[in-house]
Amino acid sequence: MSFPWAKQYEPKAPLMRYLDEKLPLPRFLYNAVGGGYPVPRNLNYWWNFGVLAGFCLVLQIVTGVILAMHFAANAGVAFNSVEHIMRDVNWGWMLRYAHANGASFFFIVIYIHIFRGFFYGSYKAPREMVWLLGVVIFLLLMATAFMGYVLPWGQMSFWGAKVITGLFGAIPIVGEPIQIWLLGGYAPDNAALNRFFSLHFLLPFVIAGVVILHIWALHIPGSSNPTGVEIKSESDTIPFHPYYTAKDGFGLGVFLIAYCLMVFFLPNFMGHPDNYIPANPLSTPAHIVPEWYFWPFYAILRAFTADILFVPAKLLGVLAMFSSILVWFFLPWLDKSPVRSGHYRPVFKKFFWVLVVDMAVLFYCGGAPAEEPYVMLSQIATAYYFLHFLVILPIVSMIERPNPLPFSITEAVLGSDDKAVMAANATPAT
Amino acid sequence: MIRLIGFFVGVAFTVAVLWAFATGAYTAATEPAAPTAEHEFHRTPRPLHLASDGPFGRWDLQQLQRGYQVYKEVCSACHSLKYVAFRDLAQLGYTEAEVKATAASWTVPGIDPVTGETNTRPGTPTDYFPSPFPNDIAARAANNNAIPPDLSLMTKARHDGAAYVHSLLTGYQDQPAELLKKFPDAKTGPGLHYNPYFANLNLAMAPPLSDDQVTYADGTKATVDQMATDVAAFLTWTAEPSLIKRKQTGWAVMIFLVFATILAWFAKKQVWAPITPKRPKKD
Repeated sequence: MSFPWAKQYEPKAPLMRYLDEKLPLPRFLYNAVGGGYPVPRNLNYWWNFGVLAGFCLVLQIVTGVILAMHFAANAGVAFNSVEHIMRDVNWGWMLRYAHANGASFFFIVIYIHIFRGFFYGSYKAPREMVWLLGVVIFLLLMATAFMGYVLPWGQMSFWGAKVITGLFGAIPIVGEPIQIWLLGGYAPDNAALNRFFSLHFLLPFVIAGVVILHIWALHIPGSSNPTGVEIKSESDTIPFHPYYTAKDGFGLGVFLIAYCLMVFFLPNFMGHPDNYIPANPLSTPAHIVPEWYFWPFYAILRAFTADILFVPAKLLGVLAMFSSILVWFFLPWLDKSPVRSGHYRPVFKKFFWVLVVDMAVLFYCGGAPAEEPYVMLSQIATAYYFLHFLVILPIVSMIERPNPLPFSITEAVLGSDDKAVMAANATPAT
Repeated sequence: MIRLIGFFVGVAFTVAVLWAFATGAYTAATEPAAPTAEHEFHRTPRPLHLASDGPFGRWDLQQLQRGYQVYKEVCSACHSLKYVAFRDLAQLGYTEAEVKATAASWTVPGIDPVTGETNTRPGTPTDYFPSPFPNDIAARAANNNAIPPDLSLMTKARHDGAAYVHSLLTGYQDQPAELLKKFPDAKTGPGLHYNPYFANLNLAMAPPLSDDQVTYADGTKATVDQMATDVAAFLTWTAEPSLIKRKQTGWAVMIFLVFATILAWFAKKQVWAPITPKRPKKD
């Protein structure tokens, strides 16, 4: 679907006309990310992060495919092959740092993208499917990143794999057989490393497929916007190209500056020193921690320290950790407020910022050793996390009285107080 | 319906985690966690400044050569350096002939070309640094049951890498009386050595350095601190020989990106100019 005023693709060169008849790929792109996609004129820079996430995916696939040419997925030589990449492969150090930090920046971008969705109510009708596919992408991304971290076969790779696959052991009765089946053995070893490599290569392409669905689903209602008011007329929109390609170009520049600063000057800052020690099943690291982007969920996992009746604490922790993300699937139906944007929801807005702080606390506790006061802190934060999504949001959406919304996007951009200015600017230049 | 189920699920998780909080708080109140010697006496490394630090870092080749000498004459008795090849030493400013000569001064495992039996031979530039022990069991047997770790990646495999190496090598001391008074069970065991920079305070490695243990070719006085600093610098290089190239590449990349981003900003401004609201100037 598109808006009736969307510009039509008109190939001029004979070759393009020929191509448009036989395989209208240029037309497809024109309608997807070109002049043929009308976008709200008021998107702010938080809307850059979707494009940035797509860029990260491409970056990870390109660097990853080249790294795979030099990497050996065998428990005996995996660590050495990574050092081979670092020392002997031309620009291998740059590829590996680009890939490792690329994963971190992918998560930074995706977390901002998700929280932008939380604040502006991007998950609400008619964009539920966009949101659901987004959560699927996030889950696939977590699986991919986790398996990628195992590949260098350092101490944290090994022990991280052991702890995370050990989670399946918490499932009653079938847990242990599942864990052994997943690992291909009783502990992570060659079988696990090989299948993780295989899946780590496969999943990014699955993600790319779901990303296409995500964008497809987005293009049916069109992009949301900071006011949360739907598009009413042509003056509310501008074509994606050149306006948002130009804005995304600048955003990409800023992103690359931050990313390259880390790659070239602090490449190991977001890693763990223990992963430069080869995996040793006989020596447990003092503190096993996953990669930083899993810390909030790791904190939730570890927050459940007491059994309840016949349910062991470990099982509770595993259920809570998976539920903490699965709950996002239900968000469109938990928050029934007809107003999308947090700007016009005074009560929701306050709780949104409490959630941001709560996630920061969970993040901090997840990276800290399992000692007091971190455990108690993470327990409070975990309690708030579940209350926020399952109790507070539904209640707030029922009782809150939202602030008045602007009549249209155009009015929000140009200001209703200034009719002359509005009239002069109502139609975008083409 | 979803909201009703969600409400109960949310409350259930909250109750479970708050119950865990209450049990934890009760335990913490009734049986406070006992302090440990590691907690109270472990020290973080003292700061160390090397020429390779910072965005403008450079290798101090003289220092790296001194560090190599310390590794060769002291550390290599027990520690391997298996990811470094003799050919890599050319990066420390040695000539091709010097690299060949120093490689030949090491004995590496080989195979007799006539009989096929294992033997030893002088190293060549393509060889990697040999391990001082034939296997882990031999390493354990010779070192009070502790395997001396490979040093190639040591400065990347510890927090504050080079500073840690320097502090550890210079940090040996007698066990403080205060520690023994507070934790009588934490007395350093036989064959171990007290060092507050080591994670569990007691290290199997005996203090390896003593003043004037090596004679530097460039006349630098070989104090323990000097040797520890030099070897920390050398191990910074072994951990990442591309370190300086990385930072230099980074500057070229940053200059390009900042320039490109400024252009992108003006491009964006220009593209958006026709639709940016033009407000009458208020004066």
